[in-house]
Amino acid sequence: MPNQESRDNPAFRMSRRKMMKGVAAVLGALALPEKDAPASVWESFFQKHFREMSKPELEKVLARLEKEYSEKYRKAVKVRATPPIEGVLYGYGLDLSRCIGCRRCVYACVQENNQSRDPQIHYIRVLQLNKERGVDLEDAEHYYNPSKVPEKGHFYMPVQCHQCESPPCTKVCPVQATWKERDGIVVVDYNWCIGCRYCMAACPYGARHFNWKKPGLPAAEMNPETHYLGNRPRPVGVVEKCTYCIQRVRNAPGRYTACVEICPVGARKFGNLLDPESEIRYIIENKRVFILKEDLNTRPKFYYFYAT
Amino acid sequence: MPMKMIWGFFKGTLTLVAKGSRAYYVWVSCLLVLIGIGVLAYIYQMENGLIVTAMRDQVSWGFYISNFTFLVGVAAAAVLLVIPAYVYHWKPIKEIAVLGEMLAVSAMVMCLLFVTVDIGRPDRFWHLIPKIGLLNFPQSMLSWDVVVLNIYLVLNLTISVFILYNLYHKREPNKAFTTPLLLFSIPAAISIHTVTAFLYNGLAARPFWNASILAPRFLASAFCSGPAFMIMLFQIIRKYTRIEIKNEAIFKVAELIAYSMFINLFLLGAEVFKEYYSNTVHLAPLQYLLQGLKGHSDLVPYIWTAMIFNISAFFLFLVPQTRENYVTLNIGCVLIFIGVYIEKGMGLVIPGQVPDTLGEIYEYAPTGIELLVSLGIWATGLLVYTLLLRVAVPILTGEFFVGEDGVKAVIVDTEFIRRADHLAEQSYRD
Repeated sequence: MPNQESRDNPAFRMSRRKMMKGVAAVLGALALPEKDAPASVWESFFQKHFREMSKPELEKVLARLEKEYSEKYRKAVKVRATPPIEGVLYGYGLDLSRCIGCRRCVYACVQENNQSRDPQIHYIRVLQLNKERGVDLEDAEHYYNPSKVPEKGHFYMPVQCHQCESPPCTKVCPVQATWKERDGIVVVDYNWCIGCRYCMAACPYGARHFNWKKPGLPAAEMNPETHYLGNRPRPVGVVEKCTYCIQRVRNAPGRYTACVEICPVGARKFGNLLDPESEIRYIIENKRVFILKEDLNTRPKFYYFYAT
Repeated sequence: MPMKMIWGFFKGTLTLVAKGSRAYYVWVSCLLVLIGIGVLAYIYQMENGLIVTAMRDQVSWGFYISNFTFLVGVAAAAVLLVIPAYVYHWKPIKEIAVLGEMLAVSAMVMCLLFVTVDIGRPDRFWHLIPKIGLLNFPQSMLSWDVVVLNIYLVLNLTISVFILYNLYHKREPNKAFTTPLLLFSIPAAISIHTVTAFLYNGLAARPFWNASILAPRFLASAFCSGPAFMIMLFQIIRKYTRIEIKNEAIFKVAELIAYSMFINLFLLGAEVFKEYYSNTVHLAPLQYLLQGLKGHSDLVPYIWTAMIFNISAFFLFLVPQTRENYVTLNIGCVLIFIGVYIEKGMGLVIPGQVPDTLGEIYEYAPTGIELLVSLGIWATGLLVYTLLLRVAVPILTGEFFVGEDGVKAVIVDTEFIRRADHLAEQSYRD
């Protein structure tokens, strides 16, 4: 009996329904807009590149996004586009002698920046390395999982976007969807990215991440304080990356990124490279500092150092 | 009047492609079914995101881009017919050069489709259109690729349609128009492959790709795979249609393949020597490809298959006796096609990303969805080539031409794909 059969096989029914939905979606994408199609769909389709928008145009876009996100996540979501602060160039220090590999930074980052929880996207990758071999990436353990860290004989090296002064990723983008801002932060316009992933091939630090699936971001965990170029919710099929918590550091000068704030051992330092009195400048001038893959001439603004 | 003539030609081609023997209908229907399967698989991918592929952040380009890279080579190889035909005016090849150009058109269509299915937001393709979008030219090598691939597609389409349109009107194509375009197609063919090589070559983050020998290697292998495919096609075409292709044309192409394969193997050897002898950290990707790395060796059997195929084919094409024997010649063609497909496809794209930039090893193997979508694109390419041939073959054999009034098309050939024994009487073998 066909009825009985289909009732017994809900998976098949689901997949067929999904398939039909897919057919409809593709046909919809090809066809002209329906009369009652929400205007915002078309506004977002024809939205200009971030840097080509006039001020009123940008404000309209921000308002549209705020409305969209507020409805979706059922809370008042703020989407800012705070410009760079004059006279600021951000730099980051990471003390390898202090890091214990606890990965608190990884998850604080996820919470602050509204990354997808399912599948998980992490901007920070903590590598477990052998003290005997030093910084040897081929020897790195990515998925270490002991009950207690640090483990004897090992040290830990977190890697995230190095906000290069000459970023190989922005150079290769075919549509200029990613660029370096005046304050040194490399950003992505998620509404302009075509998802070709050339930047991911070009990045020497594995800092770029792709939304292989519609990001799974539970409404309750969504951080409503967002920046257009930073932690606003991302669509499927685009690339995203660390922005030094652009929504924090630009909005309140002097504020730390989420990863700096959470670090229990004070291994993470952040500040203005142009300010001679800043902590980051002190570290660069007085500690043993190195940058990762120096030979590639990417000139990272992410400095590893040994304080002790 | 000219508009009316072009319209008459166009209408004629539409009638022509709808007509054919049973074999023709069966073949086209099979392709349409495969395309349908591919479309369904692609819809599934659109609905769920690229998560349905095996690509991940570690290996962010996979089977689609591998196919793309290989097919750019096939398209570039049309030039191997154009040079002897139009630079050296070698008649046997000149007669069939248009078939090579149409192959380039079909391969380009497939290339563009493979890129389209790979990108996350195909709805934003318009961002790539200069002036309307924001093409990052000349900074991004991918923007160069967009430009040269489209130029090459339009160029080959223009040349072949112009030549065929004139033959349809039973007149010699105007040389003042065709010669400059044909000559331009030679550097254009080299440029599409060079630019595609530079796409990988320019990435300092990926030592496996960041070798200056990459572009020459691309060209050398392209001049093997494309022509090998053409040799097989030529035999099929002359067996099942009325078109004549001389043996000497086929053997000449085979000879050119032997030289290209030698250069290809030599350059590969140079690369292997440099990496193994200097034994730096940059050896890891090549080790992963040839020997396996830390117990990960998915690609190893494939690359050695490719190596053995390429070397055997090289000897088959080098020795005149085996080159001019159709059994060994065809074996060689199949070996080369598969060998280069592995070497310039997955064998090039995957090791560039394994181990990844932070030393992680993620073993990539395409999912069923990726295979089905790719199958659909290959079927689309074959369909495009079949339809182009459906028009070109009767024009070349004088069975599709303009009528007395200069407007209405005359169709003599209503079969296209014929049974081989019906053609037996007109033997062109030797």
